[in-house]
Amino acid sequence: MSAPAQNLRPDLAAIAAMIRPGARVLDVGCGDGALLEHLVATKDVDGRGIEISQANVNACVARGLAVVQGDADTDLADYPAKAFDAVILSQTIQATEQPRTVLNHLLRIGRRTAVSLPNFGYWRVRAALLAGGRMPRTRSLDHNWYDTPNIHLCTLADFVDLTAACGASIVAAHALAENGHSRPMNPRRLTHGLMGPNLFAQGGVFLLKKA
Amino acid sequence: MSDAPRFVRPATSPADVGLAVTLDGPLALDCGRSLSPVTIAYMTYGALNPARSNAILICHALTGDQFAASDHPLTGKPGWWTTMVGPGKPIDTDRFFVICANVVGGCMGSTGPMAADPATGQPYGLDFPLITIRDMVRAQKMLVDHLGIEKLLAVVGGSMGGMQVLQWASSYPNSVRAVVPIACAARHSAQNIAFHEVGRQAIMADPDWHGGKYAQAGTFPSKGLAVARMAAHITYVSEAALQRKFGRNLQNRAALSFQFAPDFQIESYLHHQGATFVDRFDANSYLYITRAMDYFDLAAEHGGVLADAFRDSPVRFCIISFSSDWLFPPSENKQIAHALNAVAAKVSFVEISTDKGHDAFLLHEPEMFDTVRGFLNHAATGIA
Repeated sequence: MSAPAQNLRPDLAAIAAMIRPGARVLDVGCGDGALLEHLVATKDVDGRGIEISQANVNACVARGLAVVQGDADTDLADYPAKAFDAVILSQTIQATEQPRTVLNHLLRIGRRTAVSLPNFGYWRVRAALLAGGRMPRTRSLDHNWYDTPNIHLCTLADFVDLTAACGASIVAAHALAENGHSRPMNPRRLTHGLMGPNLFAQGGVFLLKKA
Repeated sequence: MSDAPRFVRPATSPADVGLAVTLDGPLALDCGRSLSPVTIAYMTYGALNPARSNAILICHALTGDQFAASDHPLTGKPGWWTTMVGPGKPIDTDRFFVICANVVGGCMGSTGPMAADPATGQPYGLDFPLITIRDMVRAQKMLVDHLGIEKLLAVVGGSMGGMQVLQWASSYPNSVRAVVPIACAARHSAQNIAFHEVGRQAIMADPDWHGGKYAQAGTFPSKGLAVARMAAHITYVSEAALQRKFGRNLQNRAALSFQFAPDFQIESYLHHQGATFVDRFDANSYLYITRAMDYFDLAAEHGGVLADAFRDSPVRFCIISFSSDWLFPPSENKQIAHALNAVAAKVSFVEISTDKGHDAFLLHEPEMFDTVRGFLNHAATGIA
């Protein structure tokens, strides 16, 4: 078990641990650039970002990061194959129009692809729906159903199925707990059996590669 | 346009043009000819630091000039980029030494068609050689060398200024740390060439143009130049902004006049734009500079591959576009970012949401100011 890196969101810290020093990295949906800046500072990566929000792009530019304002759903097609050592998609896949297309592009552009996502199979989510009869609102999914950007929510098991459908193999997987801690998990435990991290993890981080 | 003012006088007296330097040259031009000597009129703002590392070159647009941040000597109006350049502004003259030069081919003191041809002593007129964006940048490099600045901190400009910025990064990648091309493209589109040709034909159709020898004839093609400006001005604003500002509002009247005098506010507005423009701009310069923009195609210099214009570039890029700009739409700006990404250059790209069209780069756009300020602050880390 590892504690979260200082000031870095837990899933980002887990992703950062997966990135090799000096790598060429594309962070898709890089937000205000916190992860990229961390990777540049601690691992000397050659970092690039794509971000949809103008305010976030400005925050990145002020940090000296190279970030293109754009949309993962439309812009990834313009990037050549194997252009990056690692491509990162953190807490974004559930907000894309075409998660499968996006994931295929990521696997094409990067030699490794790191994805973090919230787990709709988390027991608190299930309990909220079961007991409340309303679309669940949790700390990591804090929106009304009608204004949420998260239009393609899935469980960790569902995501593992998608990686298989895209022909990707899982190099590493981490379960994220609500307290910010992450621990390695065996992805087979997500798709086999009803207990395990698909029920108990609040989110997951996966490192993927395509043969 | 019967009351359109005439071009008052060429701006060639030292008091008019700010600073000016005449260099021996030769300035070798893309057309095969050269200029020797060549005069470059320019303005500076702020102070050069002892390390000579805080200089920012600003490149002006088609009808701009060196008066980016100080009053225009002919019109008395504030500089064209006082929103961006000045003490405490995003391009902060308290920190940076800002240079802005009139382009070669211009009419505010740099060598152009109004200047005297050494061969004849008469104004060049159409005997002035065709110039290109790259020629303009070559002249700017000569000025920067003359000022003893080995490496610029940044080159910044919008529209045609943005084309020069791209040319700077491509031609002199080791002489500039960071560049900000705004609302521009790596080549002029067919639509843009078409609008320019309308403007040029308007000038050349004016009987007062006299085949470009209006100075000798004692005339000035005010009407043609004003029409050129009117047509061009439409391309600088968005349909939404025109509708918002003018709609179908009538000018100083309650009902349609059933005559051809300007009924609509938009007509009066365009007439005003044309009339004030001819007071400060030369018709032949307009021909030459629009031609330079038409000829601009950065990829063509590199076998048609734009990315090759920036291969192994150490320059940091920050490309800024505006959502409602239909002259240089965000898609064309983004193509530059893609080309830079393809060669792993350090590039950022922003698309600022605004309904102000192409001219947004000259206006109050807080998001643009934030982008430029943040980018330059970081570029200047440890330098200025």
